Amino acid sequence: MNVAAPQSTVLRMTYNTYLLLFFVYLAAPLVAAGVFAFNDSTFSALPWKGFTLDWFFGSTDPKVGMFNDRRLLRGMTNSLYIGIIVSAMAVIVGTCNAFLFERKQFPFKNVLYILMIIPLVIPGVILGISILVFASMIANGAETSLNLDLAFLRPGMFLVILGQFSFLTTITSLVIAARLRKFDISLEEAALNLGASRGRVLATVTLPFLAPALFSAFVVGFLISFENFNTTLMLVGSDAPLTITMYDRMVKVGSTPVLNAVSVFLMVGSGLLAVLSVLAQRNRTGE
Amino acid sequence: MLRNDATKLSLILLMTPFILWIVLLIILPQLGIGYLSLREKLGPNDYKFGFANYVDFLQEPIYWNTLLRTAWMSILVTILSLFVGFPIAYYIAKIARRRSRAALFLLCLIPLWVSDLVRAFGWIVLLRETGIISGALQSVGLIEGPVELLYNDVTVVIGLIYTVVLFMIVPLVSTLDGMDNSLLEAGYNLGGSRFTVFRMIVVPYAMPGIVAGCIITFMLTAGSYLTPILLGGKNSMWFTEQIYDQFITRYNWEAGSTFGVLLLVFTSFVVWLGLRLTGQNLASTVAKD
Amino acid sequence: MLPLRAAPARKESLMFDLESDKITKRFGTFTAVKDVSFEVPSGSFFSILGPSGCGKTTLMRIIAGFETPSEGDIRIKGKSVLGSAPNKRNVKMVFQHLALFPMMNIGENIAYGLKCRGENRTDIKRKVTAVLDRIGLPGVEEKHVSQLSGGQKQRVAIARCMVLEPDVLLLDEPLGALDLKLREHMKIELKQLQHQFDTTFLYITHDQSEALVMSDNVAVMNAGRFEQIGPPEELYNAPKSAFVAGFVGDSNRFSGKVSAISGGEARITLANGQEVLAGIDDKALFLGAKVDVFVRPEAIFITRREKAAADSPQTLLKGVVDSLLFNGANSRVLVRLEDSSLVEVDHRIGQGEDRFNKGEAVLLGWEMHAGQCFAAKG
Repeated sequence: MNVAAPQSTVLRMTYNTYLLLFFVYLAAPLVAAGVFAFNDSTFSALPWKGFTLDWFFGSTDPKVGMFNDRRLLRGMTNSLYIGIIVSAMAVIVGTCNAFLFERKQFPFKNVLYILMIIPLVIPGVILGISILVFASMIANGAETSLNLDLAFLRPGMFLVILGQFSFLTTITSLVIAARLRKFDISLEEAALNLGASRGRVLATVTLPFLAPALFSAFVVGFLISFENFNTTLMLVGSDAPLTITMYDRMVKVGSTPVLNAVSVFLMVGSGLLAVLSVLAQRNRTGE
Repeated sequence: MLRNDATKLSLILLMTPFILWIVLLIILPQLGIGYLSLREKLGPNDYKFGFANYVDFLQEPIYWNTLLRTAWMSILVTILSLFVGFPIAYYIAKIARRRSRAALFLLCLIPLWVSDLVRAFGWIVLLRETGIISGALQSVGLIEGPVELLYNDVTVVIGLIYTVVLFMIVPLVSTLDGMDNSLLEAGYNLGGSRFTVFRMIVVPYAMPGIVAGCIITFMLTAGSYLTPILLGGKNSMWFTEQIYDQFITRYNWEAGSTFGVLLLVFTSFVVWLGLRLTGQNLASTVAKD
Repeated sequence: MLPLRAAPARKESLMFDLESDKITKRFGTFTAVKDVSFEVPSGSFFSILGPSGCGKTTLMRIIAGFETPSEGDIRIKGKSVLGSAPNKRNVKMVFQHLALFPMMNIGENIAYGLKCRGENRTDIKRKVTAVLDRIGLPGVEEKHVSQLSGGQKQRVAIARCMVLEPDVLLLDEPLGALDLKLREHMKIELKQLQHQFDTTFLYITHDQSEALVMSDNVAVMNAGRFEQIGPPEELYNAPKSAFVAGFVGDSNRFSGKVSAISGGEARITLANGQEVLAGIDDKALFLGAKVDVFVRPEAIFITRREKAAADSPQTLLKGVVDSLLFNGANSRVLVRLEDSSLVEVDHRIGQGEDRFNKGEAVLLGWEMHAGQCFAAKG
C-alpha cells in the first residue's frame, strides 16, 4: 500500500481526472499549433481541407513552404550559427566555473557563487537592454574620443550572442557542477598514484566522466538559445534569428500555416535534441 | 613552493573567464542602465543628472499602473501555478510507479523545449475568433456566432500559467522525491489525519521546493513579454512592453532604463521578501540541481 | 501444523496485548506472509527474527495498518483492528530509519502525536518534558534532529511513540543503521527502556544476537512462515528445524545419510565415509534419508590425534588444523576435514600444551545429543 496515494475510490478518480485534464491542457496549444501545418488551406483555422506538406516544401505563391521561404531560411541559419557559438562558449566557461566552485577555495566564494546564479533571476528583457546600453556606451565613447567605429557593438548578431551567453553560462555551470560534485575524487588520486600527470588525469579520467554533462549542457544551451526571444528581441539587428523572424511575420502578416510549419519544425527538432541528451546521459553513466 | 604557484596559477586561469563574464556582461551593464536612468535628457547631447526620469514615472499613472498590474498579475499567476502544479508534482514524485514516473516527468518537460512563441501561437490558433474552440462551440451549437476568446485577462493568466507551471513542477518534484514514505507513515502512525499529515509534514518538507518554484515562476512571469502581448493584445499593459516601447519605438533609452531598473528592483525585492519570509537562501533554492 | 505458541501463552487468564490470527498476505502471485499466528503477552519483549525478505516487515506493516492482510485477523487488547485506519490504531512504530521529521525540532517531533490527538498546550508541554526526562535527554526540545547522535535519535524516536502510551510498540530494525559498538550498547538500553515503560515491544530484526539478547520470546520467520516460537535459550538449545538450527547462533553443518536409528539416536554416514552421531526428534526420518547434522562450535571438543583413545564412544572426525582465529574469549580453531570442508571449534588459544599449531593432525568429537539432525532439503 502506498500511503502517499489517496485511499478512497472517489478521491482517486478525481485525482486521475485532474491529471488527465492537466496533460490535455499541456498538449492543447502544441497540437493546435502543429496540426494546421498540414492543412491544405491558406488559413491556420478550421475547417480541415485535407492533408498537405505544401507548408513545408511548397514553392508556388499562396503556399510557399518554410523550406522555400528565404527569410525564414535565413533566420534558421542565423539561429543555428548563434546557437552553436553561444552554447560552445557557455559550455567552456561553464566548465571553468564548475571547477572553480567545486574544486577551489578562495575568498568571497559564497558571494561570487551568488553572483554566478544571479543572471537566472534577472528578467531576460532587462539583460537585453542592459547589454544594449552598455555596448552602446562603449561604442559611443570609442566613436567620440577615438573616432573608432565599433560596429559589432551595435545591435546585431554579436550582441545577441553576448546576451544569450550571459544567462546560458549560469545554466551550463550548474549542470556541469552538479555532475562534477558526484565525481569521486579518489579516482583522480588513483590515477595520480599510478603515475599519470595532472593534464593526463584531466584528459583521461575527469573529462570523460563529465562528458555526458558537457554534452547535455551543450544541447540544453543550444535549445534555449534557439528558442530565446526576450533577450534577443532587444539586441537583434538586421540578421534576425528564426524566432524573431517568425514573430515579425506573425505581427505584420498575421498567422499563415507556414508559421504552423515552423512550429512543427521547432517542436520536432527540440524534441529530438532533448531525447538525444537524455539518452546520452543515460548511456554514459550506465544507470 | 612550486606546487603553491601552480595552484595559484590554476585558480587565476579558472577565475578569469568567470570574472570577465560576470563583470562585463552582468555587473557593468546593470550599472549602465542605472547610470542611464539617472540621466535626464534636456536636448540633443545635453544631459543633466537627477531623478527626473523616476519623477516622470510617478507622475504618469499609466506607467506605475502598468507596473502594479504586472506585479499583481504575476503574484496571481505564481499562486495559481503552485495550486495547479502541486498535485501534479506530488503525483509524479510520490504516487506514480517507477516507470510511468519518468514518462510523466518527460511529458511535463516537453513544453519547456518549445519556444514561448510556438506556445503563444498555439493558444492563438485555439482561442481566436476563427480558432478551434470558437469553431467547435459553434458546431456543437452552444454559441451562435464566432466568439473572441483572446485579448482578455483570463486568457493571459491561463497562457502565463501554461508558460511557467513547469518551472513550478520541476523543483517540487525534486524536493518531494526526497521525502521518504516512512515520514508519512510515521505521521499516520502517530495519529495524524490526512490533513494534518499534509499540513505538518508534506508542506513543510516541500517548502524549499515551493519557494524555489515560486521565485522562478514569479521572475519568469514578471519578465515575460510574448505571452501577455500576443494573448492580451494591444491593451495588455505589461511592463516589459513599456520597456520595449521606450527603447525601440520611442528611442527614449533614459526612460526605458528607468523602467528596467524599476522592474529589476521590484522583482528582486519580491524574491528577497519571499526568501526572508520562508528562511531560505538564493543559492540553495534556485541552484538546486 | 500445530499453532505455534509463545511459551507462557497457555494460561487462559493471561492478557494478550497483540494477537495475530492466521495472517496471510499475498501480493499478486507472491505470498509474503503465510498463515502466521502468535500472541504477545502484556509487557513482554517479543522479537521476530528472520533473514531479509522473509516477510517480517510486511507482517509489521499489517499490524501498523499500512497493509491489509489477505486473510486472518489482528487483535489488539482482544479487539480486532482490521477495520481501523493506521492513524486510529494504538500501535506505535519506530521506523527503520527512525523517520524523525526533519523540519521539526525535537520537542515538536515528540509533540506531534499529542497535537494530532488535540491535547492542550500545557499538557503537551508537560508530557514532552516528562518523556525526555525518562529517556535521559532533558532539555533537548529546541535542538534540531541533525544535532543529535545516532543513539540519541534512537531514544527520541522511541519517546515520540511512548508519549502516546501505545498498547504495543513496534520496532522495525531500528539498530540497523548504527555502528557496532553503539548497537551493542543500544541493545541493553532498549531492554531497559522496555522495562521502564512497561510496554509490550514487538521487535523485528535479521540480527540473531539482537533478538536473543533482548527478547522474552523470539519467533523465527522464514519465507513467510514462522518456523518456531520460544524463549531464546529454547531456540538455541532445541531448534525444531534445520533453518532455526542454522540461523540462530553459529553452527557447523554436516550432510549425510541415516545409516542406523535406535531410539532418539541416529548414526549418520557422511559423504566421505566417516560416521557421526546425532540426536533425532523427527519421527519421519528413515534409514537412508538424506539429513543435515548441526553442531555448535562450543559443543565440539578437539584433541591431538595420537592422544585419542581408540575406543572412544563419541563421534570422531579426522582433520588437520587449518588456522587459528584469535578473538579473545571467543577464539576458534578452524579444522579442515578429509573431504576438505571446514569446521569451526571453540577453543581458548592458550600456551604450550594447549596450543594447536597449523597443520597438526587432530580429532573432533561431540556428545551425541549435541548434534541436531534434520531432513535435508531437496
